[in-house]
Amino acid sequence: MGAEFVALSLPPILIGVLVAVACALPGNFLLLRRQALIGDAISHVVLPGIVVAFLVTGLIATGPMLLGAAAAAVIAVIAIEAVRRLGRIEAGAAMGVIFTAMFAGGVLLLEQSDTSSVHLDVEHALYGNLESLIWLDATGWASLLDPAALAGLPVELPRMALALVVIALFLWLFWRPLALSTFDEGFARGLGIRTAPLGLALVIMSAIAAVAAFDAVGSIIVIAMFICPPAAARMMTNRLGHQVAWSVVFAALAAVLGYVLAGYGPLWIGADASVSAAGMIATLSGIILGVAAVAGPHRTRNG
Amino acid sequence: MNISLVTSQDTDLATRAASPLAVRGMTVSYGQTPAIFSVDMTVRAGAMTAIVGPNGAGKSTLLKAALGVIAPLAGSVTVFGEPMADMRDRIAYVPQRASVDWDFPVRVIDVVMMGMYRKLGLLGRIRGQHKALAQECLGRVGMADFAHRQIGQLSGGQQQRVFLARALAQEADIYVLDEPFAGVDAATEKAIIAVLQGLRDAGKTVLAVHHDLATVPDYFDDVLLLNTQVVAAGPVAEAFTEDNLQAAYGGRLTTARADPESVAG
Repeated sequence: MGAEFVALSLPPILIGVLVAVACALPGNFLLLRRQALIGDAISHVVLPGIVVAFLVTGLIATGPMLLGAAAAAVIAVIAIEAVRRLGRIEAGAAMGVIFTAMFAGGVLLLEQSDTSSVHLDVEHALYGNLESLIWLDATGWASLLDPAALAGLPVELPRMALALVVIALFLWLFWRPLALSTFDEGFARGLGIRTAPLGLALVIMSAIAAVAAFDAVGSIIVIAMFICPPAAARMMTNRLGHQVAWSVVFAALAAVLGYVLAGYGPLWIGADASVSAAGMIATLSGIILGVAAVAGPHRTRNG
Repeated sequence: MNISLVTSQDTDLATRAASPLAVRGMTVSYGQTPAIFSVDMTVRAGAMTAIVGPNGAGKSTLLKAALGVIAPLAGSVTVFGEPMADMRDRIAYVPQRASVDWDFPVRVIDVVMMGMYRKLGLLGRIRGQHKALAQECLGRVGMADFAHRQIGQLSGGQQQRVFLARALAQEADIYVLDEPFAGVDAATEKAIIAVLQGLRDAGKTVLAVHHDLATVPDYFDDVLLLNTQVVAAGPVAEAFTEDNLQAAYGGRLTTARADPESVAG
């Protein structure tokens, strides 16, 4: 565990943990509001946003891609609300309609446009490329204290850290009204809490997590982390604060273990190639949920 | 004509200034047909008022619109003559028990603390005095021993008492309750009515949607009979008459008398 680890494994592991926690935090509230699918929706509609951004600007650059993704997320949220209200359709169905339609549109756009020459494809959007986020300037643990080397860190790391800080600050600041309006919206409104803008802010936070994360890790991890760690955490405790803490632990655990297992696991059992880290992390979060569902202390409700 | 109009407006201003909760011209619609239409309601200070009416009469809708929980098409609400938005600290609200998810990961004491949101604000520290108040409110509804239970582990009656304790923690002047006796056991009904009467005797005002016609005269001082529009309103002795009930319930009154549950909602 020396220079090689710091250069090749530490950045992706850190990015994986940041992504997992940034998604799991708002995921707790989405789950309790029965809006868990919104994470799924946002992470899928990111694709057409990116394709359009590429078609407009003609370049694969982080700025336009993030803008395009964010714009697509906003359009999707508005469209979901519109379908739900105008069509009087249940929220889950509205999300399903919008995100599959937009994702499919993105796939068609991608096929029709001349993007084959650049690194932009559906697989990348789904699985990301966590393993490629390496830190070439690192020569060992000492590089962590070397400003020149730190400047060469993959840009995804500070970007994801910033997203996590924004999300954590939002939850810390609005914890009480969020918990209150999630539990009892009528009472919250009676207290004068503006629940509609608050709910929209929560969705925007989820979109920030999904958009910042998808480029690094793809949408599979994002979807898994919005739902699995909070759902597993719910079965560990009957208190909201503890649930959020457990979800952070589970998310980080899945990210670290998943990366290590994907990178080294196949070698341990004699295979010669590693497997997708994103796939392994998402799988592991599902396994954690399964274990919590079987063995968690608070898995039975109402009694 | 003009003079008399001004006078009646002045009179109404005075009436509203004296009323803990005055609603004028409230109309709410969920679709094409109005749920309530042009409802006026003037709640008397220091009294217990019941809102009574058949299924779908708009009783809960009237409460929610009065408290700003739902947006009306038209209508105004004043609290002691002031706009509702400035007077929220004076009002405590107990929504219908069935309106929330009782699997929510929260303990009884945490629910009661929610009643102190306006005192605590976003980040205000929870101090000993707040915990003591929450515990005292639980004691007043006979739930002191349940503070650390998860809310899903409670019976329906116990859940309703916790909701009342949360309203008590708001330390308001006006208590607005939506079907506080729906689906609760007899012991809980007695406990709740005792707490509400205690509030009334302390000078507070109570307004509740109520579905059991038989207990209206025992429990309440005033009544408002509603069927989309106001049918009658006033002291129980004057407004709660056979004729007014017939007008509010139409042909359904006999059923309503035989089975009070059937007029819930």
